[in-house]
Amino acid sequence: MQLKHAGENAVLMSFAEENAAAPPGPREAAQVRAAAEAARGALQGDLIDLVPSYASLLVIYDALRTDHFSVVHRLQALQGAIEAATAGGGGREIELPVYYSPETGADLERLAREADLTVAEVITLHCATQYTVYAIGFAPGFAYLGHVDTRIAAPRLTTPRQRVPRGAVAIADRQTAVYPAVSPGGWNLIGNCPQRLFDPHQDPPMPVAVGDSVRFVAIDRQRFIELGGELA
Amino acid sequence: MSLRVRQPGLLSLLQDRGRFGQHHLGLTTGGPMDLEAFLLCQRLLGNDPNCTLVECSFGGLELDVETDTLLCVTGAEAPLLINGQPRDLWTGHRVQGGDRVQLGHAEHGCRNYIGVVDGFAVTPQFGSTATVLREGLGGLRGEKLAPGDVLPCRPDTQRQRLQLAAAERPRYGAQLTVRVVPGYQQAHFPRLQQRRFYSSPWTVSQRADRMGYRLEGPPIKGDITGIVSEGICLGAIQVPADGQPIVLLNDRQTIGGYPKLGAALSVDAARMSQLRPGATVHFAAISPHAAHNALHLQHWRMRQIPLQSPPEE
Repeated sequence: MQLKHAGENAVLMSFAEENAAAPPGPREAAQVRAAAEAARGALQGDLIDLVPSYASLLVIYDALRTDHFSVVHRLQALQGAIEAATAGGGGREIELPVYYSPETGADLERLAREADLTVAEVITLHCATQYTVYAIGFAPGFAYLGHVDTRIAAPRLTTPRQRVPRGAVAIADRQTAVYPAVSPGGWNLIGNCPQRLFDPHQDPPMPVAVGDSVRFVAIDRQRFIELGGELA
Repeated sequence: MSLRVRQPGLLSLLQDRGRFGQHHLGLTTGGPMDLEAFLLCQRLLGNDPNCTLVECSFGGLELDVETDTLLCVTGAEAPLLINGQPRDLWTGHRVQGGDRVQLGHAEHGCRNYIGVVDGFAVTPQFGSTATVLREGLGGLRGEKLAPGDVLPCRPDTQRQRLQLAAAERPRYGAQLTVRVVPGYQQAHFPRLQQRRFYSSPWTVSQRADRMGYRLEGPPIKGDITGIVSEGICLGAIQVPADGQPIVLLNDRQTIGGYPKLGAALSVDAARMSQLRPGATVHFAAISPHAAHNALHLQHWRMRQIPLQSPPEE
């Protein structure tokens, strides 16, 4: 773990070497998850916000109540606890239902063709991986999941769509995600998840957090509609 | 019991202090771009510092008063009229039902804060009323103010009128030195590039908004063009591949993958948000100790600066 000075009231807890050969994996995600919990306990009322992402946790503190040195001192002391918590595994495992089809995934057939696979094989491969939640950002509730099987990894669209429907399940390179709300977007759409990924009126508003793992389960059209799915 | 929007101007947003503790959901903070003018407006009204005010960017706001209260406008040097009569900024004014408040276009600076006693009564979302348009959260419907919008507030005839002495009011010019705490990725920028960043004048571009201020000047080249996405703090200075720095502000995305030179002091980021496109920015590196001192001094000033009784109206 490295502590880096990010600003007048921010310290970055980093769990990976910069420019490391391999991208951050589930181990780093588990460390970030454990660090968030530990930092919350150590800083209590001095804490303003935490931003977990891939292999780092940005800790934003109240610089009118404490200072950089006190925060670094307290975070440094967490190293052992973070390692211990990481070793014990960690995050929850969540299943998300997906209706994979050309009517909910406009890029499904093209992606299969370009990967030289059948649509059924693409679906099987997408469901076979247990994904790690690496970061949440871009838009409220947008969770970056990785890593997609290299056989179905696909680059972003050259021209992003103006409107991607809520619940769209999509792939960009080796990442996959569920669009939590209608938004523009350039990822390849392969299906739709009827479960809400971000609901301001629910507590918690998101079913997943950074460090959790997600598995997708294929459902048919009828089940999709029963679960409240909407066909665009 | 409210104020009613006749004309919202270009961009008027309800803002409290900001939305904190929600970054893990991908929610940004929002809140007032110029915290100094915002907090002084609250003090001039005798308000809690987290009350909800209107932030009006670039002027043009017109309100119909439908309840008796005290009204105060701080921030950019813009003409304020109440029932057609010119009134001072940085001063509490008694208003009553039937009055009309007009805020013109700013001559210096670009953001104003308009408040009433105890602020506007708006339901918070995720613990805050701060409006963030990109997220569709806060304010009324998560949108900017529109003609006919009703801003609920409670009646008051008791609160004392206060004024900030003219000599104490901030002056918003077209030049600013922004102090920067260098960050850990500075090492990715060769010494010559760092020197260029700290010695060049930077021009505020047309792309300067609540998410961030993009600056134009000699391109700064680092030895990497991207990093694994990580959290971004207020004031972070990102340098994308085109070498033109962006100072990230209240509505920034919470994570990003561009290398950063450091972070601007929050008090200077606030001052910078009063600059308009074409204004000039210089950067100066300071130590974490100096940043800490500057922050405390400025917050002490905002809390302690004496207010006076204004002349009778």
